[in-house]
This record gives sequence, C-alpha cells and structure tokens, in this order.
Amino acid sequence: MIERDRYVELFTELLRRASTQLPSDVVEALRTGRSAEEEGSLAQKALDTILMNVDLARQQVAPICQDTGTPVAWIHHPLGVSTRELGEAMREAVRRATSQQALRPNAVETLTGRNTGDGAGRGIPFLHFEEWDRPEVEVRALLKGGGSENVGMQAKLPDNRLDAGRDLEGVRRVVLDAVVQAQGKGCAPGTLGVCIGGDRVSAFEESKRQLLRPLPDENPVAKLAELEAILLRQANELGIGPMGFGGKTTLLGVKIGSLDRLPACYFVTISYMCWADRRAGVRISEGGEATWLS
Amino acid sequence: MAELKLPADEETIRELTVGDYVELTGRMITGRDAAHKWLLEGFREEVAPFLDGTMIYQCGPVVRKNDDGSYDFVAAGPTTSIREEPYEAEVIRQYGLRGVIGKGGMGPKTLDGLGRYGAVYLHAVGGAAQVLAAAVKKVERVFMLEEFGVPEALWVIHVERFPVMVTMDSHGGTLHETVERESRERLGRLLNSETNRT
Repeated sequence: MIERDRYVELFTELLRRASTQLPSDVVEALRTGRSAEEEGSLAQKALDTILMNVDLARQQVAPICQDTGTPVAWIHHPLGVSTRELGEAMREAVRRATSQQALRPNAVETLTGRNTGDGAGRGIPFLHFEEWDRPEVEVRALLKGGGSENVGMQAKLPDNRLDAGRDLEGVRRVVLDAVVQAQGKGCAPGTLGVCIGGDRVSAFEESKRQLLRPLPDENPVAKLAELEAILLRQANELGIGPMGFGGKTTLLGVKIGSLDRLPACYFVTISYMCWADRRAGVRISEGGEATWLS
Repeated sequence: MAELKLPADEETIRELTVGDYVELTGRMITGRDAAHKWLLEGFREEVAPFLDGTMIYQCGPVVRKNDDGSYDFVAAGPTTSIREEPYEAEVIRQYGLRGVIGKGGMGPKTLDGLGRYGAVYLHAVGGAAQVLAAAVKKVERVFMLEEFGVPEALWVIHVERFPVMVTMDSHGGTLHETVERESRERLGRLLNSETNRT
C-alpha cells in the first residue's frame, strides 16, 4: 500500500517535468522545422527563440511557458486503489507545484473573477480514471495552455460552407479550415488532436487523449494514418508558419482517433496543442517505485 | 534597427516597419485584461508616467518574491492580444504609449490607432517564457497586485535586449492580414483541386 504522501511527491514531480522539459520528439520536430525555414526569416527567428527557450527552461528547471495550462491527466489504477485518494493527491500536487513556481496560479473563479491562488479550482485539474488489470498506477498528463485551447473547435458534418460531407474527405476539409482559422494564434507550430465521431463531451476528451501520442508514432488504423500524413503535409503548405509569421512550419503533428456516434451526429472535434506540447508520464509500482515515461 | 531604447519618441517608432526584428532595452509595463479595463475606467495618474513613451507588454508572468521583498520574473511570455482590441487604441491615446507587445496580432481599431498616434505592434514569441524572462533585468514596482493577482497586475520592469518582431506598424502595414489572406487562398486551392481529395 502506497502512502498518500508518496503519490503527492511523485505527482508533483510529474507536473514539474511536464512544465519544464519538452519531450524529445517535440524538440526534434521543432529543429526539423527550423532547418526548413528560410535563412534570416521571421519564421526562423521565432523557431530559434523557441529552441533557446526550451533549453533554458530545462537547464533552469523553470516553466517553458508562463501559461502553465490546465493539468489534464489520464490515470490507470488497479482494483483496490482509491480513485478519490489519487484525485486528492493530484490536487495537492497541483497546489504544491504551484507554490514551487513550477506552475502558475492558473485557476480563476468564473463568477467572481478571483484567482484561487493555488492552481486548483472547480474542474481543475481535470482527471480521467480507468481501472486496469495491471498492478501499477500509471499517470499520463498534459499541461494544456489557454491560448491554444481558445482555437480548438467542434464541427458537425455535413458542413455546406466547406462542401464537407460525412466521410474522411469531409474531415480533411474542416480540419484544414480550422488550421486557417487558428492562424498563429494557438502558438504555432502546434499539434492537432482530432476525434471523429463521439458526442460533444466524449469527443473533446478523445481529441485531448490523442495528444498523448508521441509525434513519430503511427496510427494503427491505416486510413487514419494516411489522413494524418495528408493533413500534416497540406497544413504545412498553407504558409501560416511559426507564430503566424509566414513560413513552412505550421503544424508539428496531427493525431486522429475515432469514437462511435449516433446516426444523427457526425462531429469532428479538434484540440490544438501549442508548440509547448507539454506531456509527461509516470508508472508507479506496487512498492512505490517510479518509472518516468516519455 | 537592431536595438530600440525605451522610452522612445514618435519619429523613431515611425521608422519601424512590418518584418523588422528589434531588441528592446529600457522601461516598460505589463498589463492584460483587468489592467486595460482599469486604465480606461478613469485616468490613473499614479501609473501614467510609467506608460508615457513606452510599451505595454500583454503578459501574465510567473513571479517570485525574494526574502528582501523584491520580485523576479520567473516566466514571462506574451498573452493573446486580440482580447484587448476594444481598449488598446484608447489606452495608447490617453497614456501616450508608443506600442504594444503581445502575440497573435490585433484588429483594425488598434491598427488605426497605431497610425494615428504613432505607435507600433510588436510580436513576442508566444510561449518563450524563459528567453523573455531572462531579458527582464529588474522589477521596479507593481500596481494593483492585491486587487488583480500576479498575472493581471501592472508590473513596471526594466528589460535588456528583449526580442520582438514588428508585425503591425504606424503606416497601416500588418503581417497578420497578409498571412491570413494568403493562407485562405492556399486553402481554396487545397479544397478545390480534385487531386487533393482523399
């Protein structure tokens, strides 16, 4: 039996890692983007600044971005581990990480406008629990920034304006249109998490869960793998570029999942993750030993 | 122009055009949603000297309070500018600002204000919180900290070689409009060409 304090300690460390260390595949994608941009362009200048920033944050163990986002976590647990206890430990970890400046006090009471001051609030952090057969507890977390959250969207097909029907061609059309609507405002170059189908709630959750996938992985569903590749290539032909300065690097990745739907509904749901694609994971053994996941 | 000293005069600001990369050195002030609203609810005599001739940086920083009572910026990237579109031109006019630093660009009302009053929109790299915090050398003072909280307070800061890009100038130029128009044309081609269909 793992003590609650051990969970708090490990979850705090998880949040600190997410906030200060950009995953290596994301850094690699940013470097590739940088080398594709024109010498001396604003796009290249922006990516240079971003890469310098990533290094500085890691060295100084300081937040990559001052908007440390909403902590969103998917927690797998064995039978017998209390989800209430895990949830309380995560809330405490958010408070602790905030008091240590790994996170900004980022929760505002909507009706009063008052900052809660400690990073936690109603609905923050946002946690998903799932029981599994394994003996470990596994947590995968995102820090989802607000600027990029504002450019996320949910479309329903058919969409006559875009001549988008209820098929993957229709999905391609609404996703590219969403990238154009976002311009650089979600802190491009970003990564899209997309859910095709589902309902208005489940689809947003799935679109966020897609963002846990490493950039180079391949979608196990061949049709979706193909659509991801097409969308990434075509989005990067739009010329929006880093920060919307113009250029070749508009997106770093597109990750698509699907959920079943009602006959009447066909949603395409997009979560936009900024270039500061902050994710981290930890697996905790029965004895409380931590393995950090990339 | 490589380096721009703050405060700056109108003539210097009017020399800047879209596409310029500049590094700022001198005094500026942070302000985001609550600050903009507050600055226009009445003329704030006590803050006005810290806005005159300089830039307002749309930023909600992470700040550390030191044992001696002084403050340091721990993370300080720009926030989305368009939320201040209803206020910004008027803040520029009333307080004599020479510019705005933020991200994502602003709308026609602000662009008009830039031309009218001789100011500029500077785009900082969104999310580059460490590079930008490192350029903040000193926190001189803070206004409305109790009332607004850390991210929304008005922090008077001294910066050195703070990196920004001119994306809207005082001559009606805006990079955001150009990039958006061109990307819409490209989108049209990607959607209309039969060869691109999946």
